[in-house]
Amino acid sequence: MADTHSVIGTKNKKGQTFTDTWEMMNNAPRTPSFFTGSEVIKEALRRASCDVMIAYPITPQSEAAALIGELFAEGYIGDYFRGESEFAVMSQCAGAAFGGARVFTTTAGPGTMRAMENFPMWSGARLPIQMIVTCRGINSPLSIQPDTLEIAYLLNTGMLVWHAETAQDFFDWILKGYMVSEEPDVHLPLALCCDGFFVTHTKDVVNLTPADMCLPPYDPYRSPVPCMDMECPPVRMMRDPFVMKSNYISYATHASWQQEVWAAVERSRKHTIKWINGLIETENADAEVLIVASGTAVSQGREAIRLLEDEGIRCGLVKIKSLRPWPGEEIREATKNAKHIIVPEFNVTGWLAKEIKATIPNSERVNAGPHVCGGMTMPPEIIVSEIKTLLGMRTMSLAGRGS
Amino acid sequence: MTQYRVLPGPEHFLPPSAASMGICLPNPGEAHINGVIVPEEKAYEEAAKQFLMARVPTLFPGPLVLWAWNEKAAKKATAIRHLYNTLKECVQPGQTPMLIPMPDYRPKYPKINPEVEINPNHPNLTIWHNKIDCCMFIGVHCHQANLSLKIIRGGTSCYTIAMCAQAGHEDAMLSFRDASVEKIMKLAEWVKKLKGTVQPRLTSAKSGASN
Repeated sequence: MADTHSVIGTKNKKGQTFTDTWEMMNNAPRTPSFFTGSEVIKEALRRASCDVMIAYPITPQSEAAALIGELFAEGYIGDYFRGESEFAVMSQCAGAAFGGARVFTTTAGPGTMRAMENFPMWSGARLPIQMIVTCRGINSPLSIQPDTLEIAYLLNTGMLVWHAETAQDFFDWILKGYMVSEEPDVHLPLALCCDGFFVTHTKDVVNLTPADMCLPPYDPYRSPVPCMDMECPPVRMMRDPFVMKSNYISYATHASWQQEVWAAVERSRKHTIKWINGLIETENADAEVLIVASGTAVSQGREAIRLLEDEGIRCGLVKIKSLRPWPGEEIREATKNAKHIIVPEFNVTGWLAKEIKATIPNSERVNAGPHVCGGMTMPPEIIVSEIKTLLGMRTMSLAGRGS
Repeated sequence: MTQYRVLPGPEHFLPPSAASMGICLPNPGEAHINGVIVPEEKAYEEAAKQFLMARVPTLFPGPLVLWAWNEKAAKKATAIRHLYNTLKECVQPGQTPMLIPMPDYRPKYPKINPEVEINPNHPNLTIWHNKIDCCMFIGVHCHQANLSLKIIRGGTSCYTIAMCAQAGHEDAMLSFRDASVEKIMKLAEWVKKLKGTVQPRLTSAKSGASN
């Protein structure tokens, strides 16, 4: 029987020392390194004591799956193989997690959509799988450029959903994500999202923890459900679901089961706050104009704030780090004094603005946009322009700059 | 701060999970009573009182303690038997302590024999059939325990206690966390200590939730 605490200080077969995660992430020395986002995913996985990684390598969105194959060849990953499709990959991830393994996979765009049936199944079966979502367009015509529409589909699966702004967030949150996901009162899958291409294909300085330290192994004996047993729920439910019984109590059981999944999302709140230092971050939250964003829209918002400062306009920022659990109270508190709330997004529907509108009083304060999608960049000038328009100030049309 | 309290039911056609109503789990060294965080010591006293007040105080040991899959599980099972024997010694005439196992989680409706086992998918059948008015879950996997506790709260007036080996259960009316042999033995000690000081409730509880 595994005992996570008893292995701290011992070495794995690669000579890495199993280290208390809090110590490793907060107190261990960091080395600045210049990496692409995909390389950062690989480096995080090198330190993650991951048992199984399953890949569908056709996706062009990130090189992470192929790079983690190299890690397997080097002996850092317990097992690694290619699935027949994204759907197969996610099903195989479930099998590995049912068996008590720490599991990792990556996906993006149409692949996420193809595999979608599996995600509520992962949550319902309480499988703490970590899935990196390097967001890209999901519609036809295809795009490998960032578009965050797929996140909207993940929000109601019962998974934890975090949205990283930078490669540094990504490195830290991959490792910390397992700590939240694997808590016995949570034990849910985590969709760790980033805006693909911007984060995955560009290089940035990322402070890495020592490569000779790694996470303690996953302890499946702390799971809130038994390891795989074909006669026991949740496995039993897949071939003999409650709905087959057609009576009040079986429906009530299924309902209670769903509520328990969402209760676990709620319970993740305190662990998430502890590990990623709050569900949101704020800057100048007392300003009358606030940008509220997630992912790389936060970075563009920061630049817009700098441009506005040059013109004497004070603007604050709320960076949303976790989408599930949803930081409702934190957003209500951070926006209580704002007269204008600007929500820039890399998708056509504005799902984040809708979530915020449903959260705060006086939701007419929310300005859903600016939006870009299909892989367009979001120049900070269009955020500036949106804000100045809201404030009744004259603004130049960015689209007309070349005329 | 939530105003919601986790109380004996029947609460609702489909009661909410306590977590969704803002109830949080205790930290190490703490417990909760009705969703309010208390020092663990206070919870021993309250749990012992509830057992001694009940007409049919019942222990529901689950698979994690029913099978001797490691040394700790076997020791816990012995401690649970001790707690059951202590209850039998400490109750008054008219009170009937019971020990009903939850051996596995397979749905058995409508074939279950509620006199000999409880099932997490329809625990109310066992509660109703045996007129159980206070119960304690121990050694049940957390997901299955929460499922049961919520169904019991929804459809019965039973007072629920959880002796959880992990982080505790907000869907129980009283929950310990980090259960150990020592904690089970300590609860038995509290039952002994309060013997004769608590007036038993010798009619079936009819209370409804007041949320």
